[in-house]
Amino acid sequence: MSFINPLKRFFLAIEAWFNIAFGSEWNPLYNIGRLAFFFFWVVFISGLYLFVFFDTSLSGAYASVESITHEQWYAGGVMRSLHRYASDAAVVTIVLHMFREFALGRYNGFRWFSWVTGVPTLWIVITLGITGYWLVWDEMGLYVAMLSSQLIDALPLISGSMSRNFVGHQMSDRFFTLMAFLHLLGQPLFLIAALWLHVKRLSLVKIIAPKGLAIGSFIALLALSLASPAVSHKVADAAQVPEILSLDWFYLNVYPLMDYFTAGQTWIITLSITIFLMLLPWLPPKKREAAAEVHLNYCNGCEQCAEDCPYDAITVQDRTDGAKFAHEVKVNPDLCASCGICVGSCPSSNPFRQKNEVLVTGIDMPQMPINDIRTHMDEAIAKLKGNGKIIVLGCDNALDISQYEAANIQVISLFCIGMMPATLVEYALANGADGVFVTGCRTNDCYYRYGNVWMDKRFEGSRQPILRRRADRSHIKVFRASVNDKAILLRELTEFQRHINTLDGKKEKTVSEVESEFESGHE
Amino acid sequence: MNRILRYGLQAFYYTLFMVVVWYFSFKPSYHQLAENQAVITLSFTHATKLREACRKLSQQELMKLAPNMRLATDCPRERSPMQLELYLDDKLLTKATVEPTGFHKDQGVNIFQRIKVVAGKHSLRLWMNDNINIKGPTYRYEQNIILKPEQQLLIDFDAGSGGFFTS
Repeated sequence: MSFINPLKRFFLAIEAWFNIAFGSEWNPLYNIGRLAFFFFWVVFISGLYLFVFFDTSLSGAYASVESITHEQWYAGGVMRSLHRYASDAAVVTIVLHMFREFALGRYNGFRWFSWVTGVPTLWIVITLGITGYWLVWDEMGLYVAMLSSQLIDALPLISGSMSRNFVGHQMSDRFFTLMAFLHLLGQPLFLIAALWLHVKRLSLVKIIAPKGLAIGSFIALLALSLASPAVSHKVADAAQVPEILSLDWFYLNVYPLMDYFTAGQTWIITLSITIFLMLLPWLPPKKREAAAEVHLNYCNGCEQCAEDCPYDAITVQDRTDGAKFAHEVKVNPDLCASCGICVGSCPSSNPFRQKNEVLVTGIDMPQMPINDIRTHMDEAIAKLKGNGKIIVLGCDNALDISQYEAANIQVISLFCIGMMPATLVEYALANGADGVFVTGCRTNDCYYRYGNVWMDKRFEGSRQPILRRRADRSHIKVFRASVNDKAILLRELTEFQRHINTLDGKKEKTVSEVESEFESGHE
Repeated sequence: MNRILRYGLQAFYYTLFMVVVWYFSFKPSYHQLAENQAVITLSFTHATKLREACRKLSQQELMKLAPNMRLATDCPRERSPMQLELYLDDKLLTKATVEPTGFHKDQGVNIFQRIKVVAGKHSLRLWMNDNINIKGPTYRYEQNIILKPEQQLLIDFDAGSGGFFTS
C-alpha cells in the first residue's frame, strides 16, 4: 500500500466532519476558494460604505473613522467591523486553501500555474490590508507607516528616505492621499488581475459561494462584528511610541520581525519564503502524463469533451479533414491534465461499438486507451466467480480499490471516474457482472474538479453521453470514498453484494457471511 | 442526521472560525517597548562635502577633450561618506558610516535609526564627520534630556541652522 501523506489524512478527516455538519454541497473546505471570494465581496461592499464617510486627508482621517465607528455604530461601526473581520477571514481562507491544495497534492504538475500565481496573490491581499490599517491613522497606522517605509527604504528604489515622513511633523496630505488611492483603487485592481490570472487555466470557475455557506458565514461575521466591534487605537502622534499595540496578526505579522532583523534581512526572509513557496511544484518535479489525443475519424465535432474539460485544454475549431461535420476539437497539451474526462464525454467511447475490433474513440488517452479499458473489463468479468459478481470502478486519486479484489469482486481503476463512459456500466452488466459498484473521490471533491459531477449527470441522464434507462439501476451503486474511508467502503461494498444476491433471487446472506466470503477471497 | 443537530454543529464550526479570526485580529498583544522605555530616533538627510575639490585642467588635458566638453575645471561629483557616533550617558548607542546615495554617490546620505532606551534623565552626545578630507568631527552635539516612557525623541540635522537639534 502506498504511503499517504499525514497532512492529507488530516484534511480528509476534517472534511469528513464538515460533511456531517454541512453536507458536501456546503462543505467549507470544498468551497474554500469560493469562500475567500465571498469575504472579498463583503470587504468590497463594506469598504464602499466606509469610503462615503471617510475623509482622505491626514488631518481628517482619524476623526472620520471615529465618527463612523461611534456616531453611527449601528451602520458605519458594523460596516467597519465587517470590513476588518471579513478581511481577516479572507486571509484565513486563502492560507487554508494553500495548505489544503498542498496537503492533497493539488499544487504540482499541470496545476503549477494556479499555484505559482496564487502565492503573490496572497501578498497582494496582505499589502492591501496594510494600506487599510495605514488609513485609520491611529497609533497602529503610524506604526505600519513607519515600518513599511523602513522596508521600502531598504530597497534600492529611491534615493531619499521615506521613513522621515513619519517623524516630526513632516508628513504631507499628498502622501496620505496616495495611500488612500492605493487602498481604494490601485491595489484592488492588482488583486482582480491576480485573481483572474490565478483561475485562468480553469474552466467553469465558480466564484460565488454556495448560498447556505454564504448566509452562515455572513451571520457569523455579523455576530462577531456586534460582539466585538473593531475600534481604533489613539490618534497617531509622531512624538509617542505606544508600548503595546493590538496587532492584526493576519496582516501585520512581518513587522515584529524587524525587532530582530534589519529591514534588508526582513526582505530576504519574506522573499525567500515566497520563492520557496513558488518553487514547490518542482520540488520535486511531477512527471507529466501524456495528453489526450484526438482521432478525427471518430470525432463528429459534438463539442461535449470541450464543454466537460475542467482545464480549458480542448478548443473547438473548423473541420480540417474535409469530413461532413462543421467542427472538430483540438487539445492543447500544455493545459491538458491527463484526467481522461474527455474520454468519458465522447459518445464514440461506447464500449458496445466495434465489438470485434479495436475500439477507437474520438478523443483518447494514449497511456490507457478506451480499447484497453474495455479489454480490462472483459478480462475482469471473465475472472469473476461465485455469487454476487461485482465490478468495482474507481479512480487513481481516491481510495486504492485493488485491496477489495476477491473471487467475486474485480476492480478497474481509471485516471478519474469522469473518464468512465457511462455505457461501460451497462456493458459490464450485459456481459456477466451482477452488479457494478462505482466509487472515486468524495462527492464535490473530485481531484480533477468535475469528474464525479459529470458522472452523476450522465447517470441521471442530464448530460451526454448518458447511462441509458435500460441499465438496471438496482444493480448499480455509487459510493464515493477517500483514502481515509477504507472501512466505510468495505461496509458499503459488502452491503451492495448482499443486496445483489437478494435481487438475483439467491439465498439472502447475512452481512457477516458476505464479509467472511470477501475475506476468504483475499486469502 | 437530525436537522437541528446539523445546524447546531454548523453553528459550532462557525463560532470556532470566528474565534480564530477575532483572536488573531487583536491578540496576542504586541509589546513594541518594554515597560519604562522610550525611543530615540535618529533621522536626517544631509548632503556631505565633496570628496575632491575642483581642479583646473591643464591645456594638454583640455585638448584631449571634445571642443564642446572643454570646461576649465573638473569637479568630481562624489560626496564624502558620513561617520556618526551617538552616546547616551557616555555609552556608545550607535556608530554608523553611511555612504551617499545615487549611482555616482553624489546625493545626500540618509540615516534612520530607532533605538529603544530606558526612560529618564540622560546626557546625549553625538558627533558627525561629513568631510573625508578632515579628521575628527565636523559637527558635535550635547544635551541633557529627560525621556518619558513611550516618548519618541527625534534627533534631526540641518546644516543651515548649525547642525543637530532634537524635537
